[in-house]
Amino acid sequence: MSLRPTHTKFGAGLLAGVTVLALAACTSNESGDDEEDLGGGTSAAEQGSNDEPGDTVVIGFSAPAADHGWMGSITESARKVADQYDDVDLRVAEGTNDVNLQISQVETFINDKVDAIVLLPFDGAAMTPVALKAMEAGIPVINVDREFDDPNAARVTVLGDNYGMGVSAGTYVCSQLADTPDAVVAEIAGIDSLPLTQDRSQGFEDALGECGLDVDNRVAADFTVEGGEEAAANLLQAAPKIDALWNHDDDQGVGVLAAIENAGRDEFFMVGGAGSANAMRSIQADDGVLKATVIYPSTQAADGIKLARLLVQGKSMSDLVEVEVPRTVQLYAPVVTAENVDQFIDTAFES
Amino acid sequence: MTESTARVEQAALETTRTDNPVLAVLRTSLGRNLGLVIALLLLCVVGVATAGDRFASTDNVLTILRLAATIGVVSIGMTFVITGGGIDLSVGAILALSSVWCTTVATQELANDTHWTVMVLAALAVGGGCGVVNGLLISYGGVVPFIATLAMLASARGLAEIISDRKTQIVDVPGFQEFFTREILGIPFIVILFVLVAAAGWVLLNRTTFGRRTLAVGGNPEAARLAGINVKRHTVYLYVLLGVCCGIAALMIISRTTTGSSTHGGLYELDAIAAVVIGGTLLSGGRGTIVGTVIGVLIFTTLTNVFTLNNRSFSEQSLLKGAIIVAAVLLQQRLASRSST
Repeated sequence: MSLRPTHTKFGAGLLAGVTVLALAACTSNESGDDEEDLGGGTSAAEQGSNDEPGDTVVIGFSAPAADHGWMGSITESARKVADQYDDVDLRVAEGTNDVNLQISQVETFINDKVDAIVLLPFDGAAMTPVALKAMEAGIPVINVDREFDDPNAARVTVLGDNYGMGVSAGTYVCSQLADTPDAVVAEIAGIDSLPLTQDRSQGFEDALGECGLDVDNRVAADFTVEGGEEAAANLLQAAPKIDALWNHDDDQGVGVLAAIENAGRDEFFMVGGAGSANAMRSIQADDGVLKATVIYPSTQAADGIKLARLLVQGKSMSDLVEVEVPRTVQLYAPVVTAENVDQFIDTAFES
Repeated sequence: MTESTARVEQAALETTRTDNPVLAVLRTSLGRNLGLVIALLLLCVVGVATAGDRFASTDNVLTILRLAATIGVVSIGMTFVITGGGIDLSVGAILALSSVWCTTVATQELANDTHWTVMVLAALAVGGGCGVVNGLLISYGGVVPFIATLAMLASARGLAEIISDRKTQIVDVPGFQEFFTREILGIPFIVILFVLVAAAGWVLLNRTTFGRRTLAVGGNPEAARLAGINVKRHTVYLYVLLGVCCGIAALMIISRTTTGSSTHGGLYELDAIAAVVIGGTLLSGGRGTIVGTVIGVLIFTTLTNVFTLNNRSFSEQSLLKGAIIVAAVLLQQRLASRSST
C-alpha cells in the first residue's frame, strides 16, 4: 500500500520535476510499518457486507493546507482509507488556505463529473456557493468538520464535537479533583475568536460547574508549538500553583509541555486535546504531567470517504435500520487515559 | 544636448534600422512574450496529453479563468508599481481589509437602504485609501517601499481582523451577488472584468502620458524629475492604482464566496510578484508589460489546474512553480542580453 498515487500518464514536460520529487520521496521519513489499518477495505470484505466491491466511485477531495499535524492527518487518513478500497478512485486537490483556489478545485471536480465530493472547507461560509453548485449538478457533497452556512449545500455532514470535548475534559478534571474543593484549574485555549474554541471552553466551564469548580487561569494560544510555549510560559508565571490544566490542542501541546519542563513544574496534571500520537505515547509511558487527552478525530475525512462510497453505491450504514445514509454524523470526544490508550493510539495522528 | 551624445543616439538609431529581422521581431512586445506564450502552450499540451477533454473543455477553461481573474487584477496593478520602481507586499492584506470593510453589517445595511453599489464604492475606496497611505509614506515619508508596504501588510490584516472579529461575514444584499455572478454570453462577469482591467492597463501603460511617466520614474527617477515629472506625486498615483485593483479583486472574492473575511488573499503578494516577474517586467523598474503579466498569471493558474486534474497534490506544485520562476528569469536575461548586443 503506497501513499503516493500511481500515475501512468503524466507529460514529459513535467518529468524533470517529478524525478526530483521521486528522489525526495526516497529521503522522506515514511517508514514501512506505520500504516495502521483504519478498518474496512475491499480486499478482505465478507460476503454481503458493505465492504464488498461495487461499482467504482470517483471521489474528489479537498482540504486546507496541512500546516499542522491534525490537518496533515486529515488528508493522509483519507488517502489511506481510499487505498483500502479497490472500488474508490480518490482525486486529491492541493491543500490550500486560499478560498479562491479551493473553489476552483471544487469547480474542477464538478467539470469532471466526479461521483461525490468530500470537502473540508478552509472557511465553511466561503465554500457554500460552490458546494451548492455541486449539489445542483447532482454531485453529493460530504461536508467535513467546518460547516457550510446552508444545509442544502451538503448531503452528509461529518462533525467533531467541540462542546463535547470541553465537557469530556471538564468531567475528567472533576473526577480527579473531587476531593479538592478549592482546586486551581487552568486552561490554554486555541485561537480564541474561533467558534470552535468558544464551544470547547463553554463545554469545559459547564462540566466543571457540575462539581463546583471553575477556570481560575485562562490563556489562549494559536494551535502552533511556538504559540503554545509562549502562552504556557505566561500562564505558569501567573499561576504559582495549579492542580489541573486543560490544553485544547496537542499540536500546540508540544510547546506547552516544553514550557512546563523549562519551568520545572510538576505539581499538577494536564489534559490534552485532539489526540496526537506523541501525546498518547506520553500518556502510555506516564512520563510527565500529561495524564489524559480528549479526542477530536483526525479521521473525519476518512469517514467522509467511506460515507461517500456508500452513498454513491446506494448502500447505507449497515448497523442502522435506516435505508439511507444519515444527514449528519457527529463524532464522539472520548477521554484517553493510561487505561484505554491502547484502543486509540493506532488511529492517532503524528504532530 | 551635447554634440557627442547626439552622435551616439544617431548611431544607436542606425543600428536599429540595420538590424536583422529576427532580432527586430524579438524586440517587439510579441517577441518578448514569445517565450511565455510557448511555455503556456507547452503547459496546455501537457494538460491535453494528460487529461484530454477534461482539460480542453469550455467549463475547464472558464474554471481556469475564474481562478485567474482575482490574482490577475492584483497583478496588473502590481505591474504598474514594479514598473515605477516600487514593490507592494501589502496587496493580500489590502484585499482582505477591503472585503471585510465592504461586508460589515453597517455597510450592508447602508447598501440595503440605498443601493448595492455602495459596497462597490466602499471596497474601491478602502483599497485606494490604503494605496494613498502606502504612497505617501514612500514618496513623502522617505520609507523604502519594502518596509512601508510590509507595515501595511501587518496593520491592514490586523485592522481587518479587528473589524470582523475574525469572523466570516456573509453578504446578504440583493443585487450585488446577482450582478457579479451573472454570465454574459456564457462568460462569467468576473472574467470579463479581468479582461477589461487588463485592456485598460495595457492602454494606460503603453498609450498614455501616465504610462510613459511610469516608465521614466521607474527607469531613472532623477532624470524623470529633471524632465519635469513630479516623481513623488506620480509614485503616490501608482500605489493608489494598485490599491483600487485590490478593491476590485476583493469584490471578485466576495462574489465568489459570498463572504468577506480577514483571511482572504493570503500570500497574494507572492503570487502577484511572481506573475509580474515571469511576465518580463523588470523588478528594478523602467520596463513593464501587461501582456506578459497576464500570461504569467495564466501560466500559474493553468499549472494549478493541470495538477488538480492529474491528482498531483501538495508540495510538488510549489517546487515546480519555483523552477518556472527561475527558468523564466534566466531565459529573459539571455534574450535581453542577446538582443542588446
